[in-house]
Amino acid sequence: MKRPTLGWWYTTTGGARSRRVWVTVGGIALALAFPIIDGFLGLGWEAKAVPIALFIILALGLNVVVGFAGLLDLGYAAFFAIGAYSMAFLTSPQSPIPWVAQGNQVNFFLAMFISAGVAAVFGVILGAPTLRLRGDYLAIVTLGFGEIVPLVIKNTPEVTKGTQGMNPIGYPQIPGVVFGASPIPWYYLIVAVLLLSVVITSRLRISRIGRAWAAMREDEVAAASMGINLVTTKLFAFSLGASFSGFAGTIWASYLQVIAPEQFRFDVSIFVLVMIILGGLGNIGGVIAGGLILGGIDRILFDWISGIVHGVGSAINNDDLRLMDVSRSRQLIFGIALVFMMLVRPEGLFPSARRKAELHAAEELGEPAAEQERAILVEVEE
Amino acid sequence: MALLQVEGIHTYYGNIEALKGITIRVEQGEIVTLIGSNGAGKTTTLRTIAGVLRPRQGTIRMGDVDLTKTPPNEIVRLGIAHSPEGRRIFARMSVKENLELGAYTRSDSDLTSDYERVYTLFPRIKERLKQRAGTLSGGEQQMLAIGRALMARPTLLLLDEPSMGLAPVLVELVFRTIQEINALGMTVLLVEQNAHMALSIANRGYVLQTGKIVLTDTAKALAQNEMVRKAYLGED
Repeated sequence: MKRPTLGWWYTTTGGARSRRVWVTVGGIALALAFPIIDGFLGLGWEAKAVPIALFIILALGLNVVVGFAGLLDLGYAAFFAIGAYSMAFLTSPQSPIPWVAQGNQVNFFLAMFISAGVAAVFGVILGAPTLRLRGDYLAIVTLGFGEIVPLVIKNTPEVTKGTQGMNPIGYPQIPGVVFGASPIPWYYLIVAVLLLSVVITSRLRISRIGRAWAAMREDEVAAASMGINLVTTKLFAFSLGASFSGFAGTIWASYLQVIAPEQFRFDVSIFVLVMIILGGLGNIGGVIAGGLILGGIDRILFDWISGIVHGVGSAINNDDLRLMDVSRSRQLIFGIALVFMMLVRPEGLFPSARRKAELHAAEELGEPAAEQERAILVEVEE
Repeated sequence: MALLQVEGIHTYYGNIEALKGITIRVEQGEIVTLIGSNGAGKTTTLRTIAGVLRPRQGTIRMGDVDLTKTPPNEIVRLGIAHSPEGRRIFARMSVKENLELGAYTRSDSDLTSDYERVYTLFPRIKERLKQRAGTLSGGEQQMLAIGRALMARPTLLLLDEPSMGLAPVLVELVFRTIQEINALGMTVLLVEQNAHMALSIANRGYVLQTGKIVLTDTAKALAQNEMVRKAYLGED
């Protein structure tokens, strides 16, 4: 069977397909024109768009692990940190590598790919012994890894400068473009990487390995009977996800120019996870939407609400309100949002057809499918 | 030389010894059946051959390859397809996707003749390609499970209880299809509780009891055997 070159609209036909094409083209156009629109409307959101777009890259990568392969990774920020620190090691004058510290900084783009590779290698190192675990156990191990990495960074100041952080960090050098205080070049760099990530992940979803992930998620025993090597298939998803995270980490480090262990805490992993769950696990468009919504709430809406609350506080002369920072409550707000989603729409706002089917198997397929579901669980217990 | 030679395998679930030295030989082109009651070790034997379970002792040889040291995905590549107990089709995927997954290990990309073979054997499958596999009837699911295994273009087909939970008419249809598959040149190792049907299509059979082989003979002779008739064919 012939497959189209871009996997994006492969699964749909007719009206749904042309709608999807328009959404894609419109989305790309909007993303490219955003700084102009922003300037025109005077919103001043450019600096906020950079982290939002970056977190969407993270979400796309985590979607490969959790959405496609069904492996719950709660320590995703660890790979983000590994990417960022690899970038710093390769390009910062504070690098523990003597050769780099003496002024031989590696080219940014080369360092980007090396760092993503380093993150992927760590993905394999963590994954190889642990991916034999199932479900909750894997989540616990990755949770631990997510805690260990920032702690190791914190406690090895001779290598990583500990809590003091590393600074400065190399930045991209393209003739005629200044990667400095202005967020616009960064924005375009990130959007370029983001588009590349969308192409890669949407191709993967419909590829042979994508089918193997879907099969594995549905029934590991049957998947093994089909000749799918469970360990390498999982490992591939895991290390690929890690390399996306590492990739994002390199840009993040370079953009901020200073990195410290606190930036890669557990709440980053959870924030990205909430993005993909809210948007719709497994569905690339949904994941992007989830990232935009949560990123927008976190970076834009909270500021705005804080402004209003402060205004009210000033008006009624209440110091508590006047100094309240709404974004401090983000954990609480996102937590509530997640619980709410799980109750009313567990498949996310824009679910993939397959996920939706998985979560509503019993209603749709009737008892036999639910029966099979239980059989799978029994198998897992063994 | 036999196509498959299972030599004294002992397989355990934890500390429970499920197989206590099973020896089976399957020749090219045969239908061989394993019969026995619940818990006799039929499914365990099949799963050990497929590499999903590992024996603590014994060898399983296919040609020169020792399957006990081969990962399950490689075993499929070597030409052993396993249609597991309870069918285990991918219920939420389409029928077509199920078939595609059956051909997962195939590196040659031309699957047209394989699809055609499945469609010829199971015309019903062809009518339902786009349907979600979980919405098929039990009989159709069984056909899909067998069709999916055929997509790997195996030399040896392991079938685990294909008649389970099917209406008598469908049971007959499934067994007739197994004969057709065999006539196409494929060797079949069939595990069945329905001893009567299994012996009627098989060349040879093994009778399992609590992890041991208690009897082996041609299918005809087994069907005449006093013990088999009493214990498994429900005759007095």
